[in-house]
Amino acid sequence: MPRTVIEKIWDEHQIADLGDGTCLIYTDRVFLHERTGSVALKSLEAAGRQVRNPEQVFCTMDHIVDTFPGRTDETRMPGGTAFIQTTRDAALSAGINLFDLGDTRQGIAHVVSPEQGIALPGATIVCPDSHTGTLGGLGALAWGIGSTEAEHALATKTLVVKKPKTMRVTFTGQLSAGVTAKDMILTLIGRHSASGGIGYAIEFAGEAVCKLSIEARLTLCNMTVEFGAWSGLVAPDHKTFEYINGRPYAPGESLWEQAVEHWQALGSDPDATFDKEIEINCADIAPQITWGTSPMHETGIDRLVPDPNDETDENKRAAMERALEYMALEAGTPLEGIPIDAAFIGSCTNSRLSDLRAAAEILEGRKVAEGIRAICVPGSGLVKQAAEAEGIDKIFMAAGFDWRESGCSMCFFAGGESFGHEERVVSSTNRNFENRQGPRTRTHLASPATVAASAIEGRLADVRNLD
Amino acid sequence: MEKFTELEAIAAPLIRINIDTDVIIPSREMKRVSKDGLSDGMFANWRYTEPGGREENPDFVLNREPYRQAKILLTGDNFGCGSSREHAVWALAEWGIRCIIAPGFGNIFYGNCVRNGILPVILPEETVSGLVRQVEEDPARNMLQVDLIHCMVGAPDGTTNSFEIAPADQEMLLEGLDAIAVTRRRDDEILAFQGRDRLKRPWIYL
Repeated sequence: MPRTVIEKIWDEHQIADLGDGTCLIYTDRVFLHERTGSVALKSLEAAGRQVRNPEQVFCTMDHIVDTFPGRTDETRMPGGTAFIQTTRDAALSAGINLFDLGDTRQGIAHVVSPEQGIALPGATIVCPDSHTGTLGGLGALAWGIGSTEAEHALATKTLVVKKPKTMRVTFTGQLSAGVTAKDMILTLIGRHSASGGIGYAIEFAGEAVCKLSIEARLTLCNMTVEFGAWSGLVAPDHKTFEYINGRPYAPGESLWEQAVEHWQALGSDPDATFDKEIEINCADIAPQITWGTSPMHETGIDRLVPDPNDETDENKRAAMERALEYMALEAGTPLEGIPIDAAFIGSCTNSRLSDLRAAAEILEGRKVAEGIRAICVPGSGLVKQAAEAEGIDKIFMAAGFDWRESGCSMCFFAGGESFGHEERVVSSTNRNFENRQGPRTRTHLASPATVAASAIEGRLADVRNLD
Repeated sequence: MEKFTELEAIAAPLIRINIDTDVIIPSREMKRVSKDGLSDGMFANWRYTEPGGREENPDFVLNREPYRQAKILLTGDNFGCGSSREHAVWALAEWGIRCIIAPGFGNIFYGNCVRNGILPVILPEETVSGLVRQVEEDPARNMLQVDLIHCMVGAPDGTTNSFEIAPADQEMLLEGLDAIAVTRRRDDEILAFQGRDRLKRPWIYL
């Protein structure tokens, strides 16, 4: 019977069918960070339980660490030091792989994992972090879990998982200039809502997806959780194999050919069927921007702030009205040209080398508008190092951006550093929730290129119209 | 884990779609490496007048009587979307919430509920709206009855609404099971799988 890539990976990891729609699934890798991993490790230890196969468990410091140059275990977030030190102690005692502060490999979990060859095609990877689906960009089946589930995966190497329905999202046609993977995923969420993917594992397919670089595919899969989906992936291809080859935890020379042969068979069979199909024509996608407090509150930068009165669903209309009030926006206002206070480039969505290059291309020879606070946080120590080798740091700093150490940083406000009260921020991150980036802070999500162009203009800008 | 079998309790309506876990517990309220002490920060941005402050916002439903005694939350679609933080569930449980009724839930949040003794009930939007109307007429008297053995929610007007839950989740809540201990019973099977897999995919084994 023909199978999808999702079913092939699922079947290969199914230890037992528990008979009620759930299966016992083997987890190849567990990744932890100091925010939620700390609780999982501590709680496991308190229960007197051991980590099974600690060599396949990885941990980084990303959520709470400061990103200022010269940082230490001390954090601006009150109490942050305890998270860092508890995680370090527990990681060392459990014998898992730790990418600690001061290690150039340290960075955001979902940036480090591909970079180090930890995420592999056809592998199951879990992390107590909702953006774990990012790793689907490499053809891994990866999903976010809670801390208690993380304990289960650590102790048993398995999880009890409800079998997802399958969905294929096909992006046809070609992306226009200035349009990126970020704009593709925002378009999907905007058209089909923040709950449109609930219960599904998604295969992203189509000509436009094939043409995306691996880093762009990671961005595409990163926001599947914002669509409500359990997981999302792109079937591995020659680009995937090239990306992985030679990375530290990837299969070595002696196993490489065997691994590639295995991975090549993972793609969906030609006549495999999905429970749901969505098709999006890339020719219709402009650079996207969010205007509200859910990633589904988004539209093209060349459009107007929508009118809640045009929404027929009562609950959606109420959410729109509330969002416009929070964002201090009037229906009918052109999005392009709305004045901003700050710009942020970073996060597991858009902090990789190609993201920084795209922004630097726009920033080169230009200056951030007066009064705009602009910050760039590379996704890992290695991304930072590679960017600096190309002189990208100098372009950012000459334009007026802060250039930071790696981490999640101001993607969310943890009690330390934040954007100010009611400040309007254009951000390459993934969540525009109320108070996400600071108390009453107003977030507009966009691609790194749109963020860079907006920082220069001092207002939400269409990268295609930049002088 | 506290067992869940039956519950008759006051239900608080908080009808908004896409209530995310950042709303349920803001990141800055997760102050310690602990599952305890989180209820104070629950819904902090809505519950208090100032971000970071503790002066109660009298308009917020859970600050009003009799909803302060609520053990059931009636809410909108996609409740608990966003961040995986289990702190959201720990905060709700510590505050006293035992059951959440919504048209849909964020996937990770749903799993976190089941593992912490909170019953997530999925009912159609019209049904939830109907329950809200009845509760709001007289919230102290119009309690809801939730029966996990028969998977039913009883409304004040005597009607009953059945819901679906995966048998494994139902058992976990009814028995207050330790999921790790349950899986450990299959350890021979897991180790046998691992042995076969190691030969088939040796590159996975570092």
